Amino acid sequence: MSTLLQQILNGLSLGSIYALIALGYTMVYGILKLINFAHGEVFMIGAYAGYFGALGLGVERYGSAGLPLYLAVLVLIFAMAVAALLGVSIEFLAYRPVRSAPRLTPLITAIGVSLFLQNAAMLLFTPNPRPYPPILREVRFELGGVIVTNVKLTIFVVALALMVGLHWFIQKTWTGKAMRAVSTNIDAARLMGIDTDRIIRATFAVGSALAAAGGILFGLDQIIINPLMGVLTGLKAFVAAVLGGIGNIRGAVLGGLLIGLAEQLTAGYLSPDYRDAITFVILIIILILRPQGLLGVVRPEKV
Amino acid sequence: MQLLRRLAIATATGLVLYGVGAWLQDGVIEYVQRIVLLAGINVILAVGLNLINGTTGQFSIGHAGFMAVGAYGAAFFGVKLAPFFQGLLGQGALADAVTFNVALLIGAVLAGLSGLLVGAPSLRLRGDYLAVVTLGFGEIIRISFNNARFLGAATGYFGDTPAGLPAYTSFFWVYAWAIAIVILISNLTFSQTGRSLSAIREDEIAAEAMATPTTRLKVLAFSLSAASAGIAGGLFAYMQSGIRPEDFSFDKSIDMIVMIIIGGLGSISGAIVGGVFVAVTLELMRDLQQYRLVLYALLLIVIMLVRPEGLLGSRELPALFRARFGRPKPSAGSAK
Repeated sequence: MSTLLQQILNGLSLGSIYALIALGYTMVYGILKLINFAHGEVFMIGAYAGYFGALGLGVERYGSAGLPLYLAVLVLIFAMAVAALLGVSIEFLAYRPVRSAPRLTPLITAIGVSLFLQNAAMLLFTPNPRPYPPILREVRFELGGVIVTNVKLTIFVVALALMVGLHWFIQKTWTGKAMRAVSTNIDAARLMGIDTDRIIRATFAVGSALAAAGGILFGLDQIIINPLMGVLTGLKAFVAAVLGGIGNIRGAVLGGLLIGLAEQLTAGYLSPDYRDAITFVILIIILILRPQGLLGVVRPEKV
Repeated sequence: MQLLRRLAIATATGLVLYGVGAWLQDGVIEYVQRIVLLAGINVILAVGLNLINGTTGQFSIGHAGFMAVGAYGAAFFGVKLAPFFQGLLGQGALADAVTFNVALLIGAVLAGLSGLLVGAPSLRLRGDYLAVVTLGFGEIIRISFNNARFLGAATGYFGDTPAGLPAYTSFFWVYAWAIAIVILISNLTFSQTGRSLSAIREDEIAAEAMATPTTRLKVLAFSLSAASAGIAGGLFAYMQSGIRPEDFSFDKSIDMIVMIIIGGLGSISGAIVGGVFVAVTLELMRDLQQYRLVLYALLLIVIMLVRPEGLLGSRELPALFRARFGRPKPSAGSAK
């Protein structure tokens, strides 16, 4: 029983990281109908930005005590800003020029950007995995036979806070409202005087910043990072977005949590060898049974 | 008459292949031989992938998975079947050739079936889902081979003897298969079915409105494409003493995509050029391994931004030559 609870707890904390990344996929897809393959790499760069940010603030001076809270938040904001900038540049350089091209063209440039960032990161940061600096001091405590660390709790809380923030942003601000309009119908939105280019830019910035937050949380959770960490994690997050119904923000969160749970339970009860494969099995099942995703609605295709 | 002429052409091609193969075997350094064999295998990969990515417009980015299925299938069954054919035909070149080709066909059928398995659910959906499903499938395949003990798991499969897999793959067989597959796929592409495939690429909804069975055709093209990747995998397996799961990583799928994009999506001759180009540059850049993928990535982006249809677009080299240098093409109907 307590192992089950333990797996569920770990699954939820991993799943909330997937959810943060999945939000970026789903937002971009909702607006541009583009699978932003480079999103996993934005997540990776975000993790590295957090790594170098923490080193720059002299994390080793604090030893295992972790950074003071205000500095930890500063690291988070720094990484999110770097990733937002990266996301906006990717959009400007690689997606905007081909926005009116056939659908495959942006898909190929997206794959190109993803490969480029992976390999550039391997050249710049070396392919070797790096230990993630202890931004937080780890505290373990036991709750009814379950080992809880403050790191796992922080991951869950930070992710939740960001998602609530995103919900507020999308529902209450002018920009968020414009995003919803653009995702419903980009041409009509333009006719209503919305600067669609600006909204698309904002979408990339917000999605990338969330991915960077996910990157830091992932580093805290898994303790090591490497330049290829974005490939598999990005894919899983994408599957999470599809599972929840791509284009649907609540769906991305639900899908992320479910994928995290499925992965931990597979690792715990079947075999750790298949923890990565289960995601794709889920993807194939969902595509057969409910291609619009759990919370998605079927929209008839217009000609 | 037609049949006799075809037989004559086939025999002549066979003799030429055999002659060139023998010359390569004796006169040329091993390094160059390897590039020539890889170029042929790449041509099979590129032409096969082009059928689904170029002609049909459905993007697969996990073809390394199908190549892996073909490679492991051909290697495993080749090793198991060799004693049987040797018992039947006696030891020697004939038994080897039969074993090799039967193994290749088994690999191709297995790869084609896995194409069917992946394609049937995902091809009902919009194209970009397919991209992700194929990517995920490629990963599942690699993870499975990594854990399959009877296939050597992560160390790789080297057959049952310490000598490794027999070196069946020769110039003759690589290029015989390459020519056969190019002919098969170009006949398909320029047939009525091929036109329907292009129609799906151009506008799926319109094609469906014209009563084109889009899903069935997409699955057909996808399975054929997977099967030819399987053949290429089998040829690749018997080129070295063994195969490892990492030989079929995502990078391999990217290599294939670069091949067809360089040549132009939808052009068979373009795919051939792209396949040869990648084989040669890969070998030349062996020392610059870590820069290779950076350059590939930039190449992909720049080609898409500057010339999204690739070098040739969907045009074919012979047609370009005719347009530039040749006599005017006889009008349809008078050419029979």
